[in-house]
Amino acid sequence: MSIFEFVVGVIYLASAALFVVGLHMMRAPSTARRGNLISAGGMIVAVLTTIVFVLISTGGNWIGWSVLVVGAAVGAAFGIVQARRVKMTAIPQLVSIFNAVGGGAAAAVAFADFVAHSPRTPVELTVSIPIVLDVLIGSVTFAGSVIAAGKLQGIIPGKPLTFPGARALNVLAAVVAVGAGVLALFGPPNLLLLLVVLVASLVFGVLMVLPIGGADAPVIVSLLNAFTGLAVAMAGFAINNQALIIAGALVGAAGTILTLQMAKAMNRSVGAIVLGGFGTGDTQTAAGSDTEDLTNIRELTADDVAIQLAYAQHVLIVPGYGLAAAQAQHEVAELAKLLIAHGVDVKYAIHPVAGRMPGHMNVLLAEANVPYDQMLQIDEANAAFDNCDVALVVGANDVCNPDARKPGNAVSGMPILNADHAKSVVVIKRSMRPGYAGISNPLFTDPKTGMFFADAKQGLADITTAVKEYVTA
Amino acid sequence: MIETLYSNLAIFILSLLVGVEVISKIPSTLHTPMMSGANAIHGVVVAGAIVTASLANSPTGYVLTFLAGVFAAANVFGGYVVTDRMLQMFTRPTATTKPTPSKDAS
Repeated sequence: MSIFEFVVGVIYLASAALFVVGLHMMRAPSTARRGNLISAGGMIVAVLTTIVFVLISTGGNWIGWSVLVVGAAVGAAFGIVQARRVKMTAIPQLVSIFNAVGGGAAAAVAFADFVAHSPRTPVELTVSIPIVLDVLIGSVTFAGSVIAAGKLQGIIPGKPLTFPGARALNVLAAVVAVGAGVLALFGPPNLLLLLVVLVASLVFGVLMVLPIGGADAPVIVSLLNAFTGLAVAMAGFAINNQALIIAGALVGAAGTILTLQMAKAMNRSVGAIVLGGFGTGDTQTAAGSDTEDLTNIRELTADDVAIQLAYAQHVLIVPGYGLAAAQAQHEVAELAKLLIAHGVDVKYAIHPVAGRMPGHMNVLLAEANVPYDQMLQIDEANAAFDNCDVALVVGANDVCNPDARKPGNAVSGMPILNADHAKSVVVIKRSMRPGYAGISNPLFTDPKTGMFFADAKQGLADITTAVKEYVTA
Repeated sequence: MIETLYSNLAIFILSLLVGVEVISKIPSTLHTPMMSGANAIHGVVVAGAIVTASLANSPTGYVLTFLAGVFAAANVFGGYVVTDRMLQMFTRPTATTKPTPSKDAS
């Protein structure tokens, strides 16, 4: 290692340190934005260093550089426009698209490295193994993420898509990808074999995600995020670049942790979600029907709810998937603001997986100008429910199903919000249809619960109008 | 060569552990921006695309350079911009706009 290489390595370490510090600052909402900027600073350092390094060491030719500049300009324009325009409800799709391109870029880098080696004699195993792994993981991520984004966007049907022989074809694709990958490690560099790895991995990625239900898609996005991290790390091994290795490993860890937390909060194992698409378990939503006794339901009108809320001292709002789907974050924030102005203490009780991905509900509420000190995480919220007059459940179901405390059902053991500990409960829901877990919720038939059947957006707007009339009258 | 692999593996494993340590401390409130921010960090593959550009000397190489450039740039620019957009919305309690009448009346 020359002095020059040493200096470059040290600068890479510094940029990696900035990534870690940046992520670390995401521990609190007050420092998170600065953390992201510090991470971006690390990125600028890493990129500038790489440019200087390769200009001095390898040089390259003008065609390569111009192609890169044009490509990067196109990509940057696309990325920035999408990032600026995306609706906050569509964040999961966008994250998935950025996953796809990250994985695709990593695969392209490894493939290109192989091509650059190809006129020469056998590539060393220390390089060829990461290259093959990178092409494999990167391509699976690329194809899988594109399909997942399509499912989240609704372009591809959210329901599990299968066809006869899909499973066999998937296994075949995996065997071909791995087999060709192993063969590519030996003998002189064989581009055709690597191309087979690439295509088979793309097929595998598509077939892996197609059968996964739309509700599980966010878990897959998170898992594929970890995959992209690994692919980038492999690219780092292939071209001996420590910035890629460190950043890739960080993202791999982040994606893995989120995937596990999410699966836990949804009360499913990651394996069941991935394999669920292979023909088991994923039809349970359709299976559960409302066989329960509907006579115990107390139905409320918007006026009833308004009076109940206006008289309360402490109100906890439990926003769920239905609120995100109806894009009702502004309506709920308006109602809360009105109540707060009226002297009611209003907070939000947010389940870790409320919304369409972990922490998504917080982003939606932040968009509606809800200050973050009003958003309670599950533990704080559960402490607050005991002292709460009205729990207002908006489009949430399984996340506040008290049956989770009992053994032997689909939500057993799942962490829940103790909405049933509140003195009274109001549920805004379109119908008695069961949620994602496909089971009935005893909270809805509890004597202290009132049901207000409405679309989240319209229902909240009606309540707000009613509260306004009541307060000013 | 094997020494390089060893030191790279060491870096990789330790970074994984650092990642686990740092990420587990992030509250669920910030999980979406964190995932998006981590997403932006894997945009560092743009450095890989730069190396690719310098090695390219054949049509295949140029095509791959172009693809890597488009993908990596979309990842890194888009990732940081959207993360920043999300995080700037997280307003402090004092910074709330529009003063509402008698906010602390209770």
